[in-house]
Amino acid sequence: MNRRDVLALGAAAGAAALLPAPAISQAANRVLRFVPQANLANFDPIWGTQFVVRNASMMVWDTLYGIDNSFTPRRQMVENEEVSSDGLTWTFRLRPNLRWHDGEPVRAQDCVASLERWMVRDGMGQMIRALRQELVAVDDRTFRLRLSAPYPKMLLALGKNNTPIAFMMPERIARTDPFQQITEYVGSGPMRFNRAEWVPGARATFSRFEQYVPRDEAPNWLAGGKRMLVDRVEWIIQPDPATASAALQQGEVDWWETPLNDLIPVMRRNRNIRIDVADPLGNVGCLRFNHLHPPFNDVRARQAVAWVVNQPDFMRAVVGGDDALWKQMNGFFTPETPNYTEAGGEILSRPRDAATARRLLQEAGYNGQPVTMLVAQDLAPLSAMGQVANAALRAIGMNVDFVATDWGTVGARRASREPRERGGWNIFFTWFAGADCTNPASYLGLRAHGDGAWFGWPNDPAIEAGRDKWFAARNAAEEKAACEEINRAACQSLPFVPTGFYRAYQAWRSNVNGIVAGPLPWFWGVSKS
Amino acid sequence: MWAYIVRRVLATIPVMAVVALFVFSLLYIAPGDPAAVIAGDQATPEDVERIRASLGLDRPYLVRFADWLWDILNGDLGTSIFTNLPVSTMIAQRIEPTLSLMVVTILLAVSIAVPMGVVAAWKQGTMADRAVMGFAVLGFSVPVFVVGYVLAYVFALELDWLPVQGYTPISQGFLPWIENLILPAIALGTVYIALIARITRATMLEVLSQDYIRTARAKGVGQRAILFLHALKNAAVPIVTVIGIGIALLIGGAVVTESVFAIPGLGRLTVDAILRRDYPVIQGVVLLFSFVYVLVNLVIDLLYTLFDPRIRY
Repeated sequence: MNRRDVLALGAAAGAAALLPAPAISQAANRVLRFVPQANLANFDPIWGTQFVVRNASMMVWDTLYGIDNSFTPRRQMVENEEVSSDGLTWTFRLRPNLRWHDGEPVRAQDCVASLERWMVRDGMGQMIRALRQELVAVDDRTFRLRLSAPYPKMLLALGKNNTPIAFMMPERIARTDPFQQITEYVGSGPMRFNRAEWVPGARATFSRFEQYVPRDEAPNWLAGGKRMLVDRVEWIIQPDPATASAALQQGEVDWWETPLNDLIPVMRRNRNIRIDVADPLGNVGCLRFNHLHPPFNDVRARQAVAWVVNQPDFMRAVVGGDDALWKQMNGFFTPETPNYTEAGGEILSRPRDAATARRLLQEAGYNGQPVTMLVAQDLAPLSAMGQVANAALRAIGMNVDFVATDWGTVGARRASREPRERGGWNIFFTWFAGADCTNPASYLGLRAHGDGAWFGWPNDPAIEAGRDKWFAARNAAEEKAACEEINRAACQSLPFVPTGFYRAYQAWRSNVNGIVAGPLPWFWGVSKS
Repeated sequence: MWAYIVRRVLATIPVMAVVALFVFSLLYIAPGDPAAVIAGDQATPEDVERIRASLGLDRPYLVRFADWLWDILNGDLGTSIFTNLPVSTMIAQRIEPTLSLMVVTILLAVSIAVPMGVVAAWKQGTMADRAVMGFAVLGFSVPVFVVGYVLAYVFALELDWLPVQGYTPISQGFLPWIENLILPAIALGTVYIALIARITRATMLEVLSQDYIRTARAKGVGQRAILFLHALKNAAVPIVTVIGIGIALLIGGAVVTESVFAIPGLGRLTVDAILRRDYPVIQGVVLLFSFVYVLVNLVIDLLYTLFDPRIRY
């Protein structure tokens, strides 16, 4: 530091001292400091499907439609749409005055290119792509999608919150190979991404986009007017929960997305902190079988495990002593949502029965061979589920090969279709976001089309038939009936065993207003006083 | 001397080559697949393969190693698989906080530990000596993260004297910079202080029993001059050696300290990269750490000549 630096520092300090206190306070109130659930390691919501990427992307990129809290897709960038009487041709017209962060107008050509990229990576997008006859821009604000067969869930596909979301990007960016990362982060959402300030693993910042024109309707999840009430959002990555808790208590951060349950009592004692459920749709715990190899290629072995999965044990291990945070689920869909059903769910609801489990194992011909259980120790819920399952399975005589490892290893090994002796596996644990389990569209764990299914590769035509019926359903009653059919089939063939439904808290400083519970943190409508 | 320095610098090349080969091979055989992480849950095996191919992970071991080595020789550490940023950029973003933490910790530790060790040796068998030794045992025994949490609780949460977390670059002022580093440096430095204090005490005891010290005392040289001019200088070689070895200790401790105090340094970068299997970043950072360690050892060797004129290279 030289003499000039010292003088400059002194001058700056003097100027700050002369600034009226309310002016400093007002400037601070325009910056929202947020601790996200994880590190923002990349920033391409189509290439990377992690929730943290989606949550940040939601501020920067806008969507054609957005679901509200009744799971109804509402228009967002779209002004209106027309669908032909045969359901084969969709024509979408964009709202006027939409602009990218570089000042260029949003054009229909941009949306066409964005949809083309998204359709390669998204499950519902792939269905639309398979039906697509034509996707073209008609003029600068209109584009048309012509299909070979009707697709009644079109608006849900374009407005859902499940990853990857159909975000709109400028054509030059959207032309990037869907398996390569984009290198430019220009959106048309309410916030700009400050790329120069991005330090992956430490922080990411966003500044208000002055030219954003929000819709007139009140904000409601992904729908309605996305009005930003702060000028800047700073994401501060906190790898250590105790430090994040201390930072929130000290006012060094304003909002913590995923506080550790153990720390909730400490924070509750601080009158400057508010705590509430973060996501009413919660999470669904999952004990996943490998259906390709013994013993779980036999449905009776899977049923044996289901008979000893005691959800209260799993849930208390996962969330601790706060019973308000979890629920028993006697079905596969997210509890307290329209499609939740307990049809056929006796195997989940009746008292646990070790004797039946042992009998089923015997009938399945289980002879004590090792059962390889992959348990990620670096993710607390999965470690807890693994410990409980290990004890439960050993109690019915299963020879558990407990593989304690990290999620990176589980993520790679679960893709192996080899038998356990050659690097394969029999059981692993995970959880699904409840938002993904409200219907069959994005519910990967409930796919059962063999080789094409999610890890574990279950094969149950009855589940798939129910899924097809849901996609063809024209109203809520038909959708519910299809879900009941899926639930019955799933409780019989058990693609996985639900270990319970659980929620988590979020915490924020009491001077932060407008935080709304939802499947992801919404930054619009949030202000500081 | 200069010939020695050149020889030593040249000797780092095979060392670095071995480190490079070891790091690359270790990551090659380690379980985990970044392509599976990137592909996400909806990806088909073909998608994962496509991503593996686009990252170049499907190529044979030797081809990948040769490419990586060639890039390094050309000054290119590669590009992060996840952030798509050059590894050199990511290291540049993170080097200041880690360097700041290390420098402050070393200065703090040396300025506390050496006088502590000297006093303990001087007052051998007294309460002061026992207190220093007690602290040393405690410093060795208590993990860095425990010290970190206790410091944050007392000095940030309870007393509100210092911030809990974060890092402010020195370009934004010395005070905010040092404010953010005091607690992490004490947490990280505790074990280092314990180590240096013990070695200083042991070496000083040995030196203080030498004939020339007795002669100096007989000639009426003052206690302070005996301790700091005659004894400490002669005890310096082992102390400097331990300070150098301790750099490795600091690098390991920085990983924990940076996580506890949310300092965006190289330690956290390494942990994040390992958890995600971001191979180029892991390779780049480990290589950098190895280089720094080799360099520190060289500097220590050169410092010997300052403290002991009998040593010549």
